[in-house]
Amino acid sequence: MSATLASFFYLVAAAAFILGLKQLQSPVTARRGNQLAALGMLIAIVVTLLLTDIISPWIVVAGLVVGGAVGGFLARTVEMTAMPQLVAAFNGFGGGASALVAAAEFLTSDALPLRTDITIVLSTVIGAVTFSGSFVAFGKLQGLVSGQPVGYPGQRFGDALLAAAVIGLGVWVVVGGSTPAFWLLVLAALTLGVVRVLPIGGADMPVVISFLNAFSGIAASMAGFVIESNALIISGALVGASGLILTNIMVKAMNRSLGNVLFGAFGAAAMEGGPGAIGEKPVRSATADDAAVTLAYADSVIVVPGYGLAVAQAQHNLKELANLLEERNVDVRYAIHPVAGRMPGHMNVLLAEADVEYDKLYDLDQIQEDFPRSDVALVVGANDVVNPGARDDETSPIFGMPILDVDKATTCIVIKRSLSPGFAGIDNPLFYLDNTLMFFSDAKRAMTDLVAAVKEA
Amino acid sequence: MAELVIPITVFVLAAFVGFEVITKVPPQLHTPLMSGSNAISGITIIGALVVAGRGDTTVAAVLGFLAVVFATINVVGGFLVTDRMLEMFHKKDRS
Repeated sequence: MSATLASFFYLVAAAAFILGLKQLQSPVTARRGNQLAALGMLIAIVVTLLLTDIISPWIVVAGLVVGGAVGGFLARTVEMTAMPQLVAAFNGFGGGASALVAAAEFLTSDALPLRTDITIVLSTVIGAVTFSGSFVAFGKLQGLVSGQPVGYPGQRFGDALLAAAVIGLGVWVVVGGSTPAFWLLVLAALTLGVVRVLPIGGADMPVVISFLNAFSGIAASMAGFVIESNALIISGALVGASGLILTNIMVKAMNRSLGNVLFGAFGAAAMEGGPGAIGEKPVRSATADDAAVTLAYADSVIVVPGYGLAVAQAQHNLKELANLLEERNVDVRYAIHPVAGRMPGHMNVLLAEADVEYDKLYDLDQIQEDFPRSDVALVVGANDVVNPGARDDETSPIFGMPILDVDKATTCIVIKRSLSPGFAGIDNPLFYLDNTLMFFSDAKRAMTDLVAAVKEA
Repeated sequence: MAELVIPITVFVLAAFVGFEVITKVPPQLHTPLMSGSNAISGITIIGALVVAGRGDTTVAAVLGFLAVVFATINVVGGFLVTDRMLEMFHKKDRS
């Protein structure tokens, strides 16, 4: 009876998750949607506590208290710029929890049916890879591990061997039910997660976290197969779908394939572009006053923010500049490239934190056609996503990557410290165009100078 | 193996629902989507609670405890940080 009753409540929880995600389709309802999903989770947890026989309540309570305190602390104190690391860490904890549940099932029951053994192995492997891979990604994003690709000699062969070991040990565990083999399997899967994420460069982390997000969902689904819970299967599948969609969007925005990100090295491709004639071609450089006049007497300005803006913590100053321009009846909008931040949608959160209204934020498809009709495109801390070479020059290493057409605005102001190429080492023809004004400055400094100059203009 | 048919059916159908619902989430909400869906994957906490509550052997107790801690971090942290982000999203005319 109690199992049937519990299943009913779990269905309610799953429905709350789906409806909650549906409300994320609009910024107006999104917050309510998240709260609805959280309510679903609360129902699932309370029902589980009430309707299961709990022999060791102290372990349960201690786990909830410790986990709740750590999670709550992290969520409240994290800087918005550090959101990618935090999500990577949460992915890791989720994957780890699923692996632990499967491991505990395996180690405490004997003579499990074949299907349970198979799903235990899958849940453990996927969960363990998610766990270790996510914490390597966390380390890279936090700067604890080098953002550069880190590999070892003979990596392809070694990784293949490791993958084969995981499969072999998995079969051994399923067929033989051996406990030592199980621990070896855990170890091999953890190692696989580490060596697969280490060689991926920092710039590709948006793809990696999206992919690990999908993995954490699939791990939860597999754990659902193990403990025969539809709630886990459904929720895990939702998250798996979400992570795969985001992975696909990120990969497309970088004009790459998933295989290329996970197994190729970006550094090798970028080198071919070479520094070439950087600095030898003439540029039009502008002072703060020049730029301020151009902005202040424009009718429409499109701001293109990049991660450099967030690194310089200049979002609030940018907002102040936008306010001043709006007082002068300049129409100010923001064009957000899908890979503008360090994870999908990251730049939108950073600007929202600086009080920029979300109806001013446009994604690439929405605003692309407006550049030719705009007076000024203001590029702050972005580089590769506004490189016209990606559109026009077939020899460019990033040819084919979708870019924002800032060069089509009447005037394009680029705020940049120097002409040095971005992390990909690719020269940007935008800087040498006749309608481009280069304002050489640090993003934050540039914003405060522009604010002062616009007040005078 | 026949027992797997129904769970696999549930999994596949749920994945389709997920694709339909999540494709329509606009890019500007992709970060909250990721952290929020991440919190949902913390549903594995149900399994963790059952395992930890059983606590029949030391190994199960240790693994169960860790599973509850990890899953709770994921659930509590994920929903709270998503709420914190979504609170910042507002339109022009807010007072």
